[in-house]
Amino acid sequence: MDWEVVIGLEVHAQLNTATKIFCGCPTAFGAEPNSHTCPVCLAMPGALPVLNAAAVDKAIALGLAIGAELNRHSIFARKNYFYPDLPKGYQISQYELPVVGKGTLTVQLADGVEKVVGVTRAHLEEDAGKSLHEAFIGQSGIDLNRAGTPLLEIVSEPDMRSPAEAVAYLKKLHALVRYLDICDGNMQEGSFRCDANVSLRRPGAAYGTRAEIKNLNSFRFLEKAIEYEIVRQRDILESGGQIVQETRLYDANRDETRSMRSKEEANDYRYFPDPDLLPLVLDESRIERIRDILPELPDAKRTRFMNQYALTAYDAGVLTAGRVLADYYEQVAADVDGKLAANWVMGDLLGALNKAGIEIDDCPASAEKLRLLVQRIADQTISGKIAKEIFEEIFYRGGEVDAIIDGRGLRQITDVAAIAAMGDAIVTANPQQAADFRAGKDKLLGFFVGQVMKASQGKANPDQVNAILLERLQKG
Amino acid sequence: MELHEFSLRELRQGLQERDFSSVELTTTLLKRISALNPALNAFVTVTESKALAAAAAADARRAAGEDGPLLGIPMAHKDIFCTAGVRTTCGSKMLEHFVAPYNATVVERLAAEGMVMLGKLNMDEFAMGSSNETSYFGPVRNPWHTDMVPGGSSGGSAAAVAAGLIPVATGTDTGGSIRQPAALCGITGIKPTYGRVSRYGMIAFASSLDQGGPMARNAEDCALMLNVMAAHDPRDSTSHPAAASDFLRGLDRPLQGLRVGVPEEFFGAGLDPEVAAAVQAGIAELARQGAAVQSIRLPNNPHAVSTYYVLAPAEASSNLARFDGVRYTHRAANPADLTDLYQQSRYEGFGAEVRRRILVGTYVLSAGYYDAYYRKAQQVRSLIREDFRRAFAEVDVIVGPTTPTPAFPLGAKNADPVAMYLADIYTIAVNLAGIPALSVPCGFTAAGLPVGMQLMGDYFADDLLLNVAHRYQQETQWHRARPSLQAGEA
Repeated sequence: MDWEVVIGLEVHAQLNTATKIFCGCPTAFGAEPNSHTCPVCLAMPGALPVLNAAAVDKAIALGLAIGAELNRHSIFARKNYFYPDLPKGYQISQYELPVVGKGTLTVQLADGVEKVVGVTRAHLEEDAGKSLHEAFIGQSGIDLNRAGTPLLEIVSEPDMRSPAEAVAYLKKLHALVRYLDICDGNMQEGSFRCDANVSLRRPGAAYGTRAEIKNLNSFRFLEKAIEYEIVRQRDILESGGQIVQETRLYDANRDETRSMRSKEEANDYRYFPDPDLLPLVLDESRIERIRDILPELPDAKRTRFMNQYALTAYDAGVLTAGRVLADYYEQVAADVDGKLAANWVMGDLLGALNKAGIEIDDCPASAEKLRLLVQRIADQTISGKIAKEIFEEIFYRGGEVDAIIDGRGLRQITDVAAIAAMGDAIVTANPQQAADFRAGKDKLLGFFVGQVMKASQGKANPDQVNAILLERLQKG
Repeated sequence: MELHEFSLRELRQGLQERDFSSVELTTTLLKRISALNPALNAFVTVTESKALAAAAAADARRAAGEDGPLLGIPMAHKDIFCTAGVRTTCGSKMLEHFVAPYNATVVERLAAEGMVMLGKLNMDEFAMGSSNETSYFGPVRNPWHTDMVPGGSSGGSAAAVAAGLIPVATGTDTGGSIRQPAALCGITGIKPTYGRVSRYGMIAFASSLDQGGPMARNAEDCALMLNVMAAHDPRDSTSHPAAASDFLRGLDRPLQGLRVGVPEEFFGAGLDPEVAAAVQAGIAELARQGAAVQSIRLPNNPHAVSTYYVLAPAEASSNLARFDGVRYTHRAANPADLTDLYQQSRYEGFGAEVRRRILVGTYVLSAGYYDAYYRKAQQVRSLIREDFRRAFAEVDVIVGPTTPTPAFPLGAKNADPVAMYLADIYTIAVNLAGIPALSVPCGFTAAGLPVGMQLMGDYFADDLLLNVAHRYQQETQWHRARPSLQAGEA
């Protein structure tokens, strides 16, 4: 009998506010240790937290985007535990009443099927600082620059049933927070990180005991860690053992999960409402103001792309996976055929980016250049083949499309007389092949076309060459 | 009358008329402190040179034509308010060497008015105590009888003001810590409505209960201080937008028609008969001035102490977690590992009463006990608020004793924490509700110890309480009585 894997994800998205959640210190990454601190985020005696309204607005934006209940009254609580990079001895978080309640996220799976994943809640909290163990011998350094950075913890229902579904959900959420411009999504720097709750059960049975896997900072690690965990748990269960509820750490170097602490060793966080902060009250006008400025979201954009640009669901899905890519595509497709633009963006552009290991955000070829290039194909100034050459040029070395076309004399030959002259010359120079063609060897047309293209250095319009040669050969 | 007995109004007049300068006044009081403080132990830190510099600056401001009710007037802060460049100990070894790089809002506001800080005042450790005996820096003695406690936790503030070391001081009140020592030392002190006075830079004991306030020798001086101390502070989320007010306006309103409620629960078993008699006489004076006195009920008041001793330790256990030996606190020498660093630093840095409350607070918040203790206590807190809400539908002020007994001997209650906790039996409900209350001197026991009468008001009725206290003090002399103190007395 098969095992069914049950997966729920907890995602910590660092909100991209200019300042921290409870003080005015900057959130910028990479500064001198402890330079972005003040009495509040250092937890000096008597210092008090004041909630950053921008962080709340970003939480509301996510709530609206996933169709969630927004709690008009939510509470900040203290999660108490001792750790050197947690200067107050407690983390301010939300516990019993989070700002964002139940919502849903629809994900597209590889087979084209859509799946609705439940979001249990999303709550605001502050990040801790960092402990640096490497740089000091026999001591640890504490950098509190990150302490107090706003986080939105987004908790899913245990609705995912495969590593692929978990990855699809995480990717969708990643795209969404970037669409909403509430998180920079940088997984390397930890601005978007994920814990996975994984358990196995017999289909239809009650949920099994879960393990929580921490430290998943890439889509691939999420997939690998769950795959590892499925095998580990299955082996235990099939040999008659029991899963221990515990927290496990994924070690990417060894591709395995290791036990961090069991449930018994887990902290009792002694949550209670933070008396330094009043309940967070959302009024309707604030919610409406944010609703009014919400950008077009991935699902809506995908549907629009399918309608407006006559794209397949797959193409529209790829092109709307990220807001930057979608915007790029729309610029390219501004006044050319949508399908042609899609082929160029998804094919040559994404291929080149992938090969160079560059994100679309840092794309060296502007959308305007690619738009012009595609337009030059559409208006028959250049052929598709020549266009690929020009694309390589603008992507790797820069330059302007028209300047390259003119500078290198790449303009397509569409002059019928000129092409006819070249065709005639080739037919005349190859009497045997011409005769064979007329005797029924249709395939030889390719030979003639190739010769004409070669003679024109690739600049002759292939459609015209085809038509003219056919006419000449049949006539003869 | 001597300079150290002047009220704020008299001090201002003297400064205005150039009878004395702020430097002269400051010098006089600094001398008095150095003569009397060894016996009282009211000051933890005396900032003589900073004080003289501040006094000179105030004199210069006055010479330049500036004037203000507090300009050039000496004062001192309870050592719970952070003062930039001057250590803030909170009465604890944990913060023995802590120097904040910032001022509490209250400190900043009073300094801006030109007040001259003479130093930092002794207190129960982290404001946890009712006798000022839990201070790491030793107990404070009651100026009326130095074998007696001054009350706590603002014991240093009360003793210093009563002894004429300073005309006014700041205090904080979480369960009675302004009113109880004010009563035991024969001075006037007000715990304002929660949210009136900024808590920024005031070291937290129990955040939902803590409130700073003035301690002085009369109600008018409290009003002058509160005029500056009460203000909305964007750095404190619990600070009320309408915190500021003019507390002098209406100070003289006659009491004719004032509805006074006397809670039955405040006159039951455990109340010292001499205290009861003095307070009854005080109530009679209010009636003589035209107040209509009626008996009322605060049925949930008997639950206040036990409710408080769940909620306050719960908040304290979390508030005091930041004192962990990692940054600015006492740190144990040679810890074996991180856990040892925490355990040893906190064991060494905190006194027994603080440790007791941290343990209680940790317990009541623990999984499995939260509902039975913390949540239940919050429910009772709502009932206590509701008691007051009902009472204030019928009366304008509630009057009763501030404390069940006058000052008790040092050491008398140290072996029995619950007996100590009951010293605050009449003051705690006010903090749980968040309403304002003040204590005024209303008599003496046969042994010569002061007795305090407590006035409680509805939310933001601080001005009414000061008005009633002021009118009372216009017709009585209790607040003018001064302990006789000789230098070196102990």
